[in-house]
Amino acid sequence: MTAKHQRLTLALLALLAITGAALLALSGLRDQAAFFYAPADLRRAPPAAGTAIRLGGMVARGSVSKAADGVTTRFVVGDGQATTPVTYRGILPDLFREGSGVVAEGRLDTAGTFVADTILAKHDERYMPPEVAGALHKTETLER
Amino acid sequence: MPSIHALANPARFLKVARPLTPWLFWVGVALIAIGAWAGLTRTPADYLQGESVRILYIHVPTAWLGMGGWSGLAIASVTYLVWRHPLAHIAARAIAVPGALFAFLCLSTGAIWGRPTWGTWWQWDGRLTSMLLLFFVYLAYLALARADAERGGDGRIPALFGIGGTVLLPIIRYSVVWWNTLHQGPSITVSGSAIDGAILWPLAFTLSGFTLFFAAVVLMRMRAALAHAQVEARLRRLVA
Repeated sequence: MTAKHQRLTLALLALLAITGAALLALSGLRDQAAFFYAPADLRRAPPAAGTAIRLGGMVARGSVSKAADGVTTRFVVGDGQATTPVTYRGILPDLFREGSGVVAEGRLDTAGTFVADTILAKHDERYMPPEVAGALHKTETLER
Repeated sequence: MPSIHALANPARFLKVARPLTPWLFWVGVALIAIGAWAGLTRTPADYLQGESVRILYIHVPTAWLGMGGWSGLAIASVTYLVWRHPLAHIAARAIAVPGALFAFLCLSTGAIWGRPTWGTWWQWDGRLTSMLLLFFVYLAYLALARADAERGGDGRIPALFGIGGTVLLPIIRYSVVWWNTLHQGPSITVSGSAIDGAILWPLAFTLSGFTLFFAAVVLMRMRAALAHAQVEARLRRLVA
């Protein structure tokens, strides 16, 4: 009986120690493990121009425009606190739209514009049929 | 704890497991079939994702069982280490193969969904990377448990590994909350679901169906392991 209790205590202690170690490691990792920087992060600690980073946030409504060459898109990414202008040459993913989440891979140029090589659309946790979405916001969601 | 002791007896376990297995299996398969049919024909497409939203009816159960499988494996490992029940060791090893398979299915269905939705098959974000790690940890457990058995070990080392791997479960769960990730945050939380009811309901069928199917596979593997041990014991008696 005592041996069993000893093993139980040891197992629980081991579990506690592992969890504690993991939590410590994770809190240390917090910033490095982020998949992308938000515009507010860039404003707080601007990376050197030319460093490859990812920028994530919401595509500001009304900010998307095509350049005269037809393949370059300009838009603004915002996170509610700051905004960053982005330019991208190439084909946008289907789910890229104004007011939706986006992750851009690329680098800041010296003027503070983010030059993207890749654009990924970020999906949020909301799933709904088109009728429901249309009733919520009738803007661009019914164009499909 | 009399209930654990009672089920730890292989003969009594088999008496329960043998009739239970076909029930779990066939009810599970029926629920999966209903869920798949409803998910493919009876629900609307998503306003943004379109038809690819239907992958969620498989993706969510595989993610749940990939992680739930490891929880079961860890509980069995603790039970084995503390109470030394040989059945707990057999249960942990029986869970590892379907657990690894479901973790793999979770990663592949996620990749298939990610291509049209995000525009990429794979990115090293917190959620995807931690789930991939869980898959590798399953494989490591399988290799370790086999090596331990071949060496004639008593299964204590794989059980310790089973407890250690549990660290990944909260990391996977909270990766989308702690860090910026490409993967979206949790849709279904205690406060409700961000998935509209019209899209959500077949998930209940596939989720419960795959869970019963998983349990049936684990019971089958445990019975096979017990039968194997019996054969080996008999052979040893013949040789002696």
